[in-house]
Order: sequence, then structure tokens, then C-alpha cells
Amino acid sequence: MSGLMLKALDRYAYLFLALIAVLAIVVPLLNLAVPETHPLHVSTYAVTLLGKYLTYALLALSIDLIWGYVGILSLGHGAFFALGGYAMGMYLMRQIGPRGVYGHPVLPDFMVFLNWKELPWFWLGFDQFWFAMVMVIAVPAGLAFIFGWFAFRSRVTGVYLSIITQALTFALMLAFFRNNMGFGGNNGLTDFKDILGFSLRTDGARAGLFIASAIALVLGFVLCRVIIHSRLGQVLVAIRDAESRTRFLGYRVESYKLFVFTLSAAMAGVAGALYVPQVGIINPGEFAPANSIEAVIWVAVGGRGTLFGPVVGAVLVNFAKTYFTAALPNVWLFALGGLFVAVTLFLPRGIIGTMQHYWHRLRAKAPDGDTPAPPPAPANAPANEPAE
Amino acid sequence: MNLSLKSLLTAAWIVLALAVSPALAADAPALVQALGAKSFNQKIEAIKQLATSGEPQAVGVLKALAARKLYLRKSDKSVVLARKSGKQYALSRPLTGEDLGKAPKSALKKIGLNNKMRRAIKAALGAMTLLSPSEEVRAKAAAAVFKSRDPDTLEALDAALAKETKPALKIALSEARAAVILNMEAAEADRLAAIAVLKARGDRDALSVLKSVAAGKGAPATAAAEAIRDIETWLAFWSAGQNIFYGLSLGSVLLLAAIGLAITFGVMGVINMAHGEMIMIGAYVTFAVQELIRSSAPGLFDYSLFIALPLAFLLAAIVGMAIEQGVIRFLYGRPLETLLATWGVSLILQQAVRSLFGPTNREVGNPGWMSGYFELGEITLTYNRVYIMLFAFAVLALLFLVLRRTPLGLQMRAVTQNRPMAGSMGIRTGWVDALTFGLGSGIAGIAGVALSQIDNVSPNLGQSYIIDSFMVVVFGGVGNLWGTLVGAMTLGVANKFLEPYAGAVMGKILVLVFIILFIQKRPRGLFALKGRAVEA
Repeated sequence: MSGLMLKALDRYAYLFLALIAVLAIVVPLLNLAVPETHPLHVSTYAVTLLGKYLTYALLALSIDLIWGYVGILSLGHGAFFALGGYAMGMYLMRQIGPRGVYGHPVLPDFMVFLNWKELPWFWLGFDQFWFAMVMVIAVPAGLAFIFGWFAFRSRVTGVYLSIITQALTFALMLAFFRNNMGFGGNNGLTDFKDILGFSLRTDGARAGLFIASAIALVLGFVLCRVIIHSRLGQVLVAIRDAESRTRFLGYRVESYKLFVFTLSAAMAGVAGALYVPQVGIINPGEFAPANSIEAVIWVAVGGRGTLFGPVVGAVLVNFAKTYFTAALPNVWLFALGGLFVAVTLFLPRGIIGTMQHYWHRLRAKAPDGDTPAPPPAPANAPANEPAE
Repeated sequence: MNLSLKSLLTAAWIVLALAVSPALAADAPALVQALGAKSFNQKIEAIKQLATSGEPQAVGVLKALAARKLYLRKSDKSVVLARKSGKQYALSRPLTGEDLGKAPKSALKKIGLNNKMRRAIKAALGAMTLLSPSEEVRAKAAAAVFKSRDPDTLEALDAALAKETKPALKIALSEARAAVILNMEAAEADRLAAIAVLKARGDRDALSVLKSVAAGKGAPATAAAEAIRDIETWLAFWSAGQNIFYGLSLGSVLLLAAIGLAITFGVMGVINMAHGEMIMIGAYVTFAVQELIRSSAPGLFDYSLFIALPLAFLLAAIVGMAIEQGVIRFLYGRPLETLLATWGVSLILQQAVRSLFGPTNREVGNPGWMSGYFELGEITLTYNRVYIMLFAFAVLALLFLVLRRTPLGLQMRAVTQNRPMAGSMGIRTGWVDALTFGLGSGIAGIAGVALSQIDNVSPNLGQSYIIDSFMVVVFGGVGNLWGTLVGAMTLGVANKFLEPYAGAVMGKILVLVFIILFIQKRPRGLFALKGRAVEA
């Protein structure tokens, strides 16, 4: 295992991980230890914002794993993200206990409001943190497994798969908007008080969530690197580049796809679970198909099939979004729309992908014997080529 | 003493009036005066007399009486109509409306009513309108009697039935009579006959009357129960029909939305996520045209849709061709990137419309000929739904014509089937691509004109159709217009049949889940293309 780790992590990866580690230590320190008046002080708002970006980065990473390396463009990853978020939200709702507006000892406010008498069965167990954490992974992964099992077995590929993943998240959005689903309907879950006994309002809890997000991102990144540098990863890239050939070589393509799809959904679920306590709300709007597509563009901007790229893309695009929606709200959709067009037309490799491309060309001209293993080329070819 | 003498005199008047009723029927003022009599029986008699007097103003007087606006003036004991005017009451003479000046409240005494009188007034009013010379009023009166089922109207109904000559009204009157009979003590034979009449009527109102009868005992109850069973079967049949209509109507909306996509996605294989925005452009063109007409030529409003159609087609087609030439052209063979790029275009178009027209819903009016409805049996068909259905089929037919019978259609099919070969035969494939995309977008534009009639015109209009449209095309089978038609209609009808059981939202979810499962079974849709083209 450690050998695999060594193989999987080159010096760039170490650099990247060190950067995130420094961020995870410095930002909370500057927030907690430096007095507010000091110019280096980082406000709690900024900590939460950065924490949110990190969860987005993890979501983008999960999309890159399946889109960049297996060629599956999921337009429904927001659904897995939101499901993880809902699982976390349910735990946080149960932690409110009798402190809700209606003061009911067990039932969340919205259930009291709907005149429900007892907790529905699917809310049982969510008062336990460990159970909620199991669900954060199990629910998105379970849905992805069932969905993928049907879809990959019947060889639904390419844009068809994209469209039905979009339909999946759309259907989930409609379902969660219904009040009698038992997930708070339109308003979703909010008004959270504390997590594991720490009040969510304190700076300490915010910093803790930030660190947790950073750790999750690091683990996710390492996991993805290990996977793509293993034999499994080689097969995945083979599937991306020539699915039929890989099948004819004797690989059970659908099993590989199913495994990675499920894993990716679980990662998205974890990202959602970290996102919810930081923003303080989860509602059915998170299932909107537009959200999922937006997450895909983060990956495209950063460069798919690079693993660094999605992280960079998610942070950059969301930073721009935060800035534009506050300063020039009318311009944001133009900018985002333009970004979609510009990246696909002029920067198909994404930022990191393009940098890697030219870097390797440079290195190839002047070989010095210490070439790192070139990361897989970005997939510019159609994700699913015709059978050759 | 004086007072009782006066009332005695009035009573005598009435007796006299009764005795020689036909001759003295015209003496309505006396009857009105009799409404001020002391005894309720006398007043009721006067009401009945007024009802048959043939006096045209009698309806107004009785209505005033029911509304407690008739007063007895204390000074001369005459019946007057009083209307509050400032602190005093403005008086006028009933029937003639002659102004009688003003009087304080203390000078007036309200004419008392009891329940029996109220019933009599109601029956009298019903009966009077049943005999009205206007057919419309008679039909309304018959319907009102059917609803009220007031036993007091029976006489008037019989009289009206005897006089009525119009067959449709005769049926309406006999149905009203049956409802009345079932609401009172009557011979069993009469009740059974009435049940038969209502069974023949066979709608929801008849059902509610019969249900009250079925709750009783004896032969009429069993007959009513049987009639209820019959009617319910009949109504279930009609409601299935209504559901099919709603389903086809929804299906035609889906068809309109998806038909352009069937060209761009189905024929060209291009995923155009901005397709919904082409629909939105069409809807906003309609809005702009109507605004222009409202401000400069209001007389043309009924033709606004016909003016908007070509404009919407042109504008959407131009925007579509611009997208094709500016973006999609460079992404052929990379469907997933096309998807992302066109999504970006859709965001830009949405925001552009939001900046131009504002983020809120814009009101697009229905021309006169689009509003209203007609009934087919128990099915209510609204004109706008019917026209949209016809329009959807017309667009589909037109599209078939273009694809099958025009040089452009021939070139389109050639390029789709074998691009290099078509190119080597001298077809400008790039130009054909642009035209095909323009055609698909233009059709989305004219779909927008139609959909503006039944949906909110807002910048989000397109978003609400894009997923449905893709579902239709994918379900029906890509590259096949018949598949799109069948897909749209199937999904529409399935949606409407699920709605009563599962609710509107749940119905939609079930349909989506069904499609997701269906794609697993038949990844290429209902009518899959076969052969090499599939893999290309």
C-alpha cells in the first residue's frame, strides 16, 4: 500500500498536499489566534467561505474522477452532494432537540408545523453522529450503485447517460420539494444549533469544519491518485479512450464503471455533508440540474483528468462567483455563460491541463533524466468513441 | 280601529282580485299593496298572484321584498320602496318607480317576512323566470330550479312544461321537475319516472340528487342505486376521455417543445442545451409584438399571434445559426463539450432577456378566438388547448414536408447519413449544418409563440422545458420524428393518468423514473435507428 502511495504521489502532488495542509493550519490560526484588529486577521466569514470552496473542490474532484478518467459525464452529481448534505442536515436537525421554535423534544419544527405526531422511520438513528456519517456515504453511494448498475449494464453511454443523470437529479428535486416527503419541503433543513456538542456559531466550530473539509479534500485527492495510478486506473483510462476495445480485451467494463461511479458519488456525499453545517441550510434547490452542470464547469475550467485542475477550478470559479454576485449581479450569468463557451472552445484542457501540456513539451525538449510520470493526457476525444 | 278597517278593506280587495283573477290580474298595484297586509297568508297569496299576474316589474318587487327593501309608510299605509340616503330614506313607488320624496326611518315600517313567505318568493321568482319570453332566461331558471329542488316550484314547472316548445328546454324542465319530485312526497310511480329521467341526464348533478334518494328505502331507493351505478360508469368513461384530452394537450405541448430538438439532437446529433432559450425567444417575440400592437394598432390584437409566428421563427433561427456558426461548428464530434458550451450560451441568453425585459413574468394576452371553451359531452375543451394541439400537428406535418420534399431536406438527410459522401457530391455540408440548426431553432421559436399562450413568459421559461424535451426525444428514439410524436403523446397521457392517483408532482417523478428505467431497457428509445448510422 505504501509502495502504491509512493508511486501515486509525485513531487507536484506533495507540493499540492503541503499547500492544502498549510492552508488548513494557517487560516484557522489567523482566525482564532490573531486579534481582529490585526491586518493579518482572517474573518470567520472568510473561513466559512474558504471551507465552502474546499467542499466544492471535493465535489469537483469526484466529478473529475469519473469524467476525466472514465469519460462518464454526470450531470447529476449535485444530487449525491445534496443527499450527503441532507443526511448531515438530518443529524443537525436532531441535535436541535427541544430548542426549536415549537419546543418539541423530538420532532423538528417543520414536522410539528405539519402536525406530524411521530418521527418517520427514515429519521430514526440520525440523532447518532456515527449513523449519520454512515448514511452520508451510504445513501449517495447506494443510489449511485443502483442507478449505475442499471445504466452501465445496459450500456447507456455518452450524452444519454448525461441526460438521464440530469433527469435523476431533477426528479429528486421535485420529490424533495414535496412537504410530505418528510425532509422539510421547500424550506429544507435549517436553523441548526450545534454539531457534536459544539455550537455552530462559534469561531472554533467554524475553524474545525474548515480543517475537516481540508482533511477530506486531502484524503479524496490521495484516494483518486492511488486509484488512477493503480492497475484499476489504467483500465479506467482505457475504458475512457476505447470502451469497446477494453471490453473485447476481456475487462468487465460495467463493473469498473460501477465501482468508480459509486465511489465518486460517496465522495460527493461527503462534500455535501461538510458543506451543510458551514452554510447552515440544505434545501431542494441544491438538487437543481443547473448546480450539477455548474460543478462540471469547475472541472472543465481547471482541467479534467488532472485532479489538481478541479480543485483550482472550483476555487477560482466560486471566488469569481462570490465576487460578481455581490459586486455586479447582472454580469455574473454572462460571465459564467461566457466561461462555459470560452473554456470548451479555447481551453479544452483547462488551466492546469494546458500548463501541464506546455510544461511537458518544454521538458521533452530538454530531457534531464528526472521526468516525472506524465499525468494522463486530457481527453479531448469524445468520451465514448464509436466501436472501431 | 281605523287601521283594522283598512286591512279589512285590503283583504276584501284581494278576495275580489282572487275571484276575478284573470280580469284583475293587470291590477298589479293592488297586489303590491296587498304585500303590506297584516296576515302572512294574505301576503303569500299576494305573492302568488303577482307571480302569475304577468306584470313585468313583479320580479323587481318580489326581489325587493326578499331583500327587505319594501316598507309600509305609516302616514298612508301604502307600500313603498325605500333606499337609504344619508340619514333619511329615499322613497319610491314600487312597479312605477315614481319618486315619493324622503322620509325619516321613524315614518316607515319594514314589511315582515317569515320562512314560508321566503319560500313563496323564491318559488314565485323561479316560476316567473320559467315563463320568461327569453330562452336564455328560461334555461337559466330551469337550471336554478334543478339546483334548488324547491317543491313549491312544481306548479310553475308543470305550467312551463305545458307551454314549452323547444325540445332542449323541455328536457331541462322535465329534469328540473324530476329533481323537484324526488325532493318531495310523491307517488312511487312518479318517483321512479323521475329517477329514470335523471338517469338519462347522467351527469354529476343528477348523481347528487340520486344519492339523496338512494339513502332512503323502497323501490325508488334501489332504482336510484342502480341509476347511480350506471351514471358512475358513464362518468368514469367521460373522465377517462377528459384525461386523454388533457394528456394529449400536454403531449402536444411537449411535442412542440421537443420537435426542434428532434432536429438538432435527433438529426444532427448536437446536444443543444440552449434549445429551451429558443422557445423563450419565441415567447418574448410574442410579448414584444403584442406590446407594439397595444400601443399602436389595438385593432390588430386578434392577429398578434400570426404576426409573431414568422418573426419568432426568423429571430430564433438567426440566433440558432449564430450559435452554430460561432460555437457548435468547432465542437462537432465532441458531444459532451457541445453540451457544456450550449449550456453556457443558454445562461447568456437568459441573462440577456432578464436584462432587457426584467426578471418578472411578462403578460402575454390570449386573442379573442383563443379564449373560451366548448363542451363535448362531459368533456370541457378549452379553445387554446385545442388550437395548440392542432398547431403542434401542423408544425410536425410541415417539418415532414420540409425534410421529405424539399432540396434542403434532401441535403440535410444526405449530410446526416454520410457527411464525406455528401460533401463529395457537392453539398456544402457546413452550410447545411447551419441551416438545419437554424430550422430546429426556428421551430423552437414558433413553439414559444404557442407556449406563451399557456405558460408564464419569464426568463426561466426555457429551463422548464429543456429536461422534458430531452426526455421526449430520448424516449421516442433519437433521429426519428415519429418517435418524437409517439414519445410526447405517451408521456403526456401517462402523466395525466398518473396525476389523479399520485398527485401532479409525484406523477411527474414517476414518469421520469419510468423513462430512466426505460432507457436501461432500450438505450436508443422507442423507435431506434438501426444500422451503422447508430454508432456514428
